Amino acid sequence: MIELQGVWRTYPVGEGVVHALRDVSLAIAPGEHVALIGPSGSGKSTLLHILGCLDRPSQGRYCLEGRDVGTLSEAERSLLRRTRIGFVFQFFHLLPRLTAQGNVELPMLFAGVPREARRTRAAEVLASVGLLPRAAHRPDQLSGGERQRVAIARAVVMNPAMVLADEPTGNLDRASAQEVMGVLEAMNRQGLTLVVVTHDPILAARAKRVVHLSDGMLADAPAGEG
Amino acid sequence: MLLLPPAELLRFALGAVTGHRLRSALSVLGVGIGVAAVVLLTSLGEGTRQYIVAQFSQFGTNLLAINPGKVKTMGVPGVFGGTTHLLTPQDAEALRRLPGVEAVIPVAMGQGRVEFGGRGRSVYIYGVNHELPRAWGVGTAQGSFLPPLDAGRRASLAVLGPKLAREIFGTDSPLGQRIRIGSESLVVIGVMEPKGQLLGFDLDDTAYIPVGTAMGLFNLAELQEIDLLASTSEGIPALADQIKATLMARHRGEEDFTLTTQTEMLEVFGRVIGIVTLAVTAIAAISLVVGAMGILTVLWISVHERTAEIGLLRALGVDGPTVQALFFLEAVLLAVGGGVGGLAFGVLVQAVLRMIVPGLPLATPPEAVGAALLMTLAVGAAAGVLPARKAASLDPIEALRAE
Repeated sequence: MIELQGVWRTYPVGEGVVHALRDVSLAIAPGEHVALIGPSGSGKSTLLHILGCLDRPSQGRYCLEGRDVGTLSEAERSLLRRTRIGFVFQFFHLLPRLTAQGNVELPMLFAGVPREARRTRAAEVLASVGLLPRAAHRPDQLSGGERQRVAIARAVVMNPAMVLADEPTGNLDRASAQEVMGVLEAMNRQGLTLVVVTHDPILAARAKRVVHLSDGMLADAPAGEG
Repeated sequence: MLLLPPAELLRFALGAVTGHRLRSALSVLGVGIGVAAVVLLTSLGEGTRQYIVAQFSQFGTNLLAINPGKVKTMGVPGVFGGTTHLLTPQDAEALRRLPGVEAVIPVAMGQGRVEFGGRGRSVYIYGVNHELPRAWGVGTAQGSFLPPLDAGRRASLAVLGPKLAREIFGTDSPLGQRIRIGSESLVVIGVMEPKGQLLGFDLDDTAYIPVGTAMGLFNLAELQEIDLLASTSEGIPALADQIKATLMARHRGEEDFTLTTQTEMLEVFGRVIGIVTLAVTAIAAISLVVGAMGILTVLWISVHERTAEIGLLRALGVDGPTVQALFFLEAVLLAVGGGVGGLAFGVLVQAVLRMIVPGLPLATPPEAVGAALLMTLAVGAAAGVLPARKAASLDPIEALRAE
């Protein structure tokens, strides 16, 4: 489903260039749970942005469900992000003025889903992360773990092909982190492709496959037999 | 490409605006004050215009006035052209013979002290003739007005305004009493009905005496004015031509007088007040520009503060144009909120002013209200362009990094 072939990402910095990704080739099958680990500055965020169609390779090919993302227009990549990709961020990125329900409805709102359908679907997804009773609460009335579960609900509400989670537990205590990873893994078991970026080896160890990044280069090492 | 219905986008923008209550309220206030100022000042201008029109038309619109001297745009009067001809009561009598003339009143006025017994009062004294009640639409409350007299003849008669009569005679009847004005001793033959004020002149605090008497009393060689009442308003332009021809014939072909019709007078007043109103309103409109700057600033800050939100929206697949539309809409909402609020405030202030100062001339012209609201829309749109563009041009990755 995801195929990276010889992907480079370079940034001009002053006179020279910085190589954020060097010749990365990676294939992720549907339903996989992949952990992307590496020290900061290793290029994992850049790789995540490319996977999430927020960024494009400077060189090489990125195919998502058979489409070469590098050749798509901004509008087409927006469409992909809207329909095929869900994001979960370290800092949740919930809109403080909206309720949990409102935040979950957000992707559907901007996709033009009618109000009633939004209501129903958001309630359904909130129920699946165990937060239906908190639907009318605003983020500042929720705990960190609850906020991240709202964010997960928002990420999956459009039925994406994959969820990209950038340090999803980086801002949570251990108990909340367990809870959040539990929700993500449960969704993965139901067939959702999950890519988790982290520098936490314990979190990475929960994935069926761990991809090591260092200096923008890949060191693919399977963790466990899957 | 906007995927969601505009109404939904509007609801979202409204949520964003009301999310920052104080900040939005302050920027709305900026526009609101501007709109309120525009509404109040145009109301005052329009009210003043209507007041003046009403003041003039209480004497009817068929009045014409002839004043000595020609108002010219250039040249030095009296240097060339020899003698100037005086405007006399005989001129007035000559005009009376013209067809379509209902009444002719020669006017010579001055300020004098009206005395009776030990009391006296300085007032304006109008030298007029018997036709004044018909032309000005006033009657006498007691006695009668001046009788018809031959042009320029003197007669020791006087008619008092009601206020003057009250001040001098109290509750006693002034009829038949002899009053003194300067060296003249005059018999009071009537008291006028109350008429009120005309542009600050108290018409009730005056005395009317025959024009010949007034010219002698104030040592005037000519009239200050001849008032004419035309029988129909349609006939005024033709009548004006005839008046000019008649007077020029009497003045050896010289047009050394100025003829003003009531409509002309109203037009001139209307134009002057219109210009003043426009100028004052333009100054008020500057505060709208300041309000626009307020919205611009608030939105600029808002774009900075909501960088993470913009990043999120972009990650959710919302495209740049939609983000731009969103912030643009927020600017318009703030401005329109200010416009409606300012309008309401302006109307409220007017209501309060009317209660405190009942005589204050206030009239809100509907087109000014419409213009003010359109202006706020323009203000919002103008203020929204830059922040909206900035929001749309943010790099989603950079924006997501902000928190």
